[in-house]
Amino acid sequence: MTDRLAGQSVSQQDMSQFIAPGRVHRRIYTDPAIFELEMERIFGAAWIYVGHESQVREPGDYACTRIGRKPVVLVRDAEGEIRVIHNQCAHRGALVVASDKGRTDEFQCCYHGWTYHLDGRLKAVPLNHGYPKEFDPRNPNTAMLKVPRVKSYRGFVFASLAADGPSLEDFLGYMTTSLDDMVDRAPMAEIEPAGGVFKHAYDANWKLYLENLCDAAHPLFTHRSSIDAAQQQSDDVYSDGSGEIAIRQMRQNAAPYSFWESQVGIWTYPNGHSFLGDYHDDAKLVAAMKDPAFRDYIAALETHQGRERARKILEVRRWNSNVYPNLSFMSQFQQLRVVHPIAVNRTEVHTYSFRLKGAPEQMFRNTVSFANIVNGTGSLVLTDDLEIYNRIGMGLSSEGAEWIEVGRGFQTDAPDEHSGRRGKNSTSEVYIRNMLDAWLGYMTNGRAERARVAS
Amino acid sequence: MSEPSTVPSDGLDTAACEAFLVHEARLLDDARFDEWLDLFTADAWYWVPSEPDQANPHDTVSLIYDDRRLLETRVRRLASPRMYSQEPRSRTSRMVGNVTVEERDVKVVTVRSKFLMLEFRRDQQRLFGGAAFHRLVRHDGTIRIAWKRVNLINCDAPLDGITQPF
Repeated sequence: MTDRLAGQSVSQQDMSQFIAPGRVHRRIYTDPAIFELEMERIFGAAWIYVGHESQVREPGDYACTRIGRKPVVLVRDAEGEIRVIHNQCAHRGALVVASDKGRTDEFQCCYHGWTYHLDGRLKAVPLNHGYPKEFDPRNPNTAMLKVPRVKSYRGFVFASLAADGPSLEDFLGYMTTSLDDMVDRAPMAEIEPAGGVFKHAYDANWKLYLENLCDAAHPLFTHRSSIDAAQQQSDDVYSDGSGEIAIRQMRQNAAPYSFWESQVGIWTYPNGHSFLGDYHDDAKLVAAMKDPAFRDYIAALETHQGRERARKILEVRRWNSNVYPNLSFMSQFQQLRVVHPIAVNRTEVHTYSFRLKGAPEQMFRNTVSFANIVNGTGSLVLTDDLEIYNRIGMGLSSEGAEWIEVGRGFQTDAPDEHSGRRGKNSTSEVYIRNMLDAWLGYMTNGRAERARVAS
Repeated sequence: MSEPSTVPSDGLDTAACEAFLVHEARLLDDARFDEWLDLFTADAWYWVPSEPDQANPHDTVSLIYDDRRLLETRVRRLASPRMYSQEPRSRTSRMVGNVTVEERDVKVVTVRSKFLMLEFRRDQQRLFGGAAFHRLVRHDGTIRIAWKRVNLINCDAPLDGITQPF
């Protein structure tokens, strides 16, 4: 089959030709030129999650990350302000900060010793008399350049490479309630990333990752091997508690289609965001009512927040919340994933666990066990998801079908009361269509306006 | 490191430990995972940390941390025809060396070794390596693994999915 869209210069093309109601053209997952445009028009415009404030508590604390492919440094400057600066020397362009995280008084390039203040301004240039007359070290552009906009919401730091655009709160919209849920669950209303990081990778496009995270129809099939193995596992065999949590989660993946269709919802919001209603209740999993650590946790939450507020907090049950284009988190299980596009066919995902301040220590240990099975590189579950991404990558690179289907639930989606759109039930692919509409908005206008082409 | 001058009589001298590790590697290379599982004690654990010098498997995430129950589940899944991340199957080749006994007590030793594992699957070959620590006990005339810790040299790198035990 001939790809009728092949061979045209991508930046000149009308991006809407790749998106149709309930369908998407394979090229947006495989074309390097489209990937380059995405880095400019999506990752160069949207608010991108760059870290948590607690990672940079004191002046001089820094943590390295990326916005799209650009290396940046999240840092607290001498005045206590949180900054995001490009990790690049103004002289010869070298990467300045080479450690993942740390504390420093200043940044210094290892090539010719150009030194920078914590906020990125140039501090000193050795041999500066040797530069041309017009060289001015005070020029604000001779710096580790500031990312123009940096803003936090309840401790979560986002940055945008665009000087103008919607405010962070407008960008997040109703998704602020999911971020609230992340924080509110801490008895002392404070959280921090802890327990290390997983970095897993696959050979396919970055968009596939978020497109899987609210997919209610895949676990029963994709995760069959771990479901079977867990269902056949004797509970009489020794566990120190961690295996028990993992096996409970694998068994939960056996929830039948009828369950997903009758008891779980999917909600989507402007700018490509979405969340999946939770398919656990507290009797089934960590947090699990029969786990003494969870009962202690509820007691701590009630002590600090009062009974009524604690009840309201625990009533919120969401599985993955996705903030397009690169963030996904599970408030109920204190997990957060950041998607890093590397190339059109290579993606890294970094996943973090969060500690709830005021919760019993065992609660966090349960979170670690849960992280191992849900986000672990050697997980019995995640490895099959990574296989799926790789296979989609291989399939879409072929000369087979040009258009792929994302139409499940298309005719039964309905408006949601918070300016969103929801599926009739969780098996709707509405959240993929919603992301594709945001994609089209960014790729066309640099803004995720709600064009509603795919959805 | 040098061995004590008196050769232990519990069957856990360095040569016996090394032969055991070679046997373990062979079971894994041959995908005889049930037999590999049988090498572990009833309350064993198997651990691949996500960080160099990771203090414990409880406060920090791990590439693999299996108590005995989860290890059984892992091995059962490896035999599943619906384990899509093993379709096609990996082929592996392990080298074990530099075997030393680090701690010794009555009928129990901690053994340190170095390993290299080649994994080939679907046109791609990966190389893993690092240090392994085995806690070996003498049990009913055989050697069993009470715990095993694998320090991958690149444990904190971005990694594609890991399905093969090291």
